[in-house]
Amino acid sequence: MRVPLSGLALIDVSKSFGDVPVLERVSLRIAPREFIAFLGPSGSGKSTLLRIIAGLETADSGEVWLDGERIDTRPPGARGIAMVFQHYALYPHMTVRENMAFGLRNAGVAKDEIARRIAQAADILEIGAQLDKKPGQMSGGQRQRVAIGRAIVKQPRLFLLDEPLSNLDAALRGRTRVELAQLRTRVDAALIMVTHDQAEAMTLADRIVILDDCCIQQVGTPAEVYTRPANAFVARFVGSPPMAMLPGVVAGEEAGRVRVRLAGGAVLATDVPAGGLVAGTEVDVGLRPEHVRLAAPGEEGLAAEVELVERLGDRTFLYARLADGAEIVALEPGFGTLRPGEAAALVIDAAAAHIFTAGGAAHHPEPSA
Amino acid sequence: MNAAARDRWAGYAFVGPFLLVYAAVLVVPLAMGLVISLHRADLFGRRAWIGLGNYTQALGDPVLHQALGNTILLALLIVPPLTVIALLLALALNRPGRFAAILRGVFFSSLVLSVTIVTLIWRFILTPDAGLIAEGLEAAGHAPIPFLSDPDLVIPAIAVTTLWWSLGFPVMLILAGLQQVPGDIYEAAALDGASRWTVLRRITLPAIRRTLLLVVMLQTAAQLQLFGQAQLLTGGGPGGASRTIVLYIFEVSFGRWELGYATAIAELLFGMIIALTLLQYWLVTRHEGQRT
Ligand SMILES: Nc1ncnc2c1ncn2[C@@H]1O[C@H](COP(=O)(O)OP(=O)(O)OP(=O)(O)O)[C@@H](O)[C@H]1O
Ligand SMILES: [Mg+2]
Repeated sequence: MRVPLSGLALIDVSKSFGDVPVLERVSLRIAPREFIAFLGPSGSGKSTLLRIIAGLETADSGEVWLDGERIDTRPPGARGIAMVFQHYALYPHMTVRENMAFGLRNAGVAKDEIARRIAQAADILEIGAQLDKKPGQMSGGQRQRVAIGRAIVKQPRLFLLDEPLSNLDAALRGRTRVELAQLRTRVDAALIMVTHDQAEAMTLADRIVILDDCCIQQVGTPAEVYTRPANAFVARFVGSPPMAMLPGVVAGEEAGRVRVRLAGGAVLATDVPAGGLVAGTEVDVGLRPEHVRLAAPGEEGLAAEVELVERLGDRTFLYARLADGAEIVALEPGFGTLRPGEAAALVIDAAAAHIFTAGGAAHHPEPSA
Repeated sequence: MNAAARDRWAGYAFVGPFLLVYAAVLVVPLAMGLVISLHRADLFGRRAWIGLGNYTQALGDPVLHQALGNTILLALLIVPPLTVIALLLALALNRPGRFAAILRGVFFSSLVLSVTIVTLIWRFILTPDAGLIAEGLEAAGHAPIPFLSDPDLVIPAIAVTTLWWSLGFPVMLILAGLQQVPGDIYEAAALDGASRWTVLRRITLPAIRRTLLLVVMLQTAAQLQLFGQAQLLTGGGPGGASRTIVLYIFEVSFGRWELGYATAIAELLFGMIIALTLLQYWLVTRHEGQRT
């Protein structure tokens, strides 16, 4: 396999702990200065993959290349990589300044250069006043900045961040998210961030890598993974509330587009190209909440019973069950008036429906011109 | 009663039982000892007030001075090497795996041996007639070395015996301290390109500083009271060359029946240990800012 001369390349990386496989032949390319998010459920191997790149874990097989050099054979300190740990991992008995200087001293960087870089990082992160404090005297948010500062001063080619926001409260999280977005414009390096918060991944990343079941399920921009999920897992994992899956059968085609009959009998005229979907195939119809709404007075709709109402102020999600038993989520603007247990008539925007076959392959709507 | 007062009383109630026991077994004997030390007293309860007489006697007692010198020398020969060896052992044993686990058990086991057994073992090793070392030396054509009767060798012999006997507990303490250090700072250090030596010096040692201080304080206090090994191995001989302070206290009280004088020496020793411990604590912690 050809290795690019710049950026990060993972080639067929596999790893298991004992008999338990965690990663199986994972390959990935990351461009220089790209911001990547590893997203996946707990235990999907996100941290493990990150730690293999950092050198804290050794892959059973496979290669890791950075800027045209093979790095998986090098010790962690010699890879040109800096990492921000989930619990910060600051050296507790060193001051903030010493924390940041430690790696540079080990690398033999000149004293005045160290001082210059620390001053610069402290400036960017606004921790100048804290340089002589110890981590124990600082708040969680401040420690987070120090951890980021310790990574910045190394001027790495690649930043790794393991769940950088998970230890912060909601307000700080929002602010730090903005700071991370700014960070990537300031540093000349690629960033990989592990998260299981999809909102974080969506807002920050250029591309999202979705991991599950030992494999990469999809790599794509936030828009791609949201609008064209590679399979049912990605479709349900990305988006909140998750995409509803209504069981149905391909009923035929019309103008090259698939028609699906739902279990309850209703027929949806989708915008999914018919290629490959034969009549009679059992499929799941994927619908995001924004494509299901309440019927207007007098309008015809699918009968459903509301089970749960999630009011967010500006909009309301209605978790409902269709007459055939399938679960569906509808979006209603504003505060909503329906209550659990009440009947509702739902209108489906069939043109936005996705179709997933039993094998997991995804078919997306392609509006005809 | 308001809430704060109720909390305060509840607090006293919780520490009350401990304070009672503490007072009964420590404070009361200490106070009684102080009183006795101001008397000429014997084992049968006869007492005559002599004020600070016992203390002035102690100042001019050449035997006590020799015992003090021996005791300090022993503490100096034992505590620093013990701390260093225990640290090295703990560092070596602080890893997963069955082998390390077995070794941890072995090192800890010497601790459960009583001083009698320890001295028996070491007497067997050290004794010039048919001892382990003597046999080895003879096989190599050397004369046996009289470890237990040469005035210059008894102190080192007792020190080695004590080292061997006392290693287990400090090793365990330091191991516990090492296991408290969060693993991710070692990973951070690896990413910071720190060498093994740098990690030890800049990460590990500072992290277990307080444990090391505890080991030194406990061992200093223990070794200044060294008694059993000296009594059983050499009886304080030859010529008082290995008599320790506690051994002297024992001789004065149960050999010469001068309970008042013995108690006075004990009070002096107690004061010395307290002072040294506080000094060590102050030396190590004075540069620490807030505790982290
Ligand atoms: N050192 C280890 N020894 C044994 N199993 C491990 C080890 N580290 C991770 N695992 C296992 O590997 C799997 C992947 O772990 P990993 O930490 O990479 O998941 P993750 O995606 O980061 O999850 P989370 O979101 O909870 O952090 C898990 O099943 C975990 O139990
Ligand atoms: Mg993780």
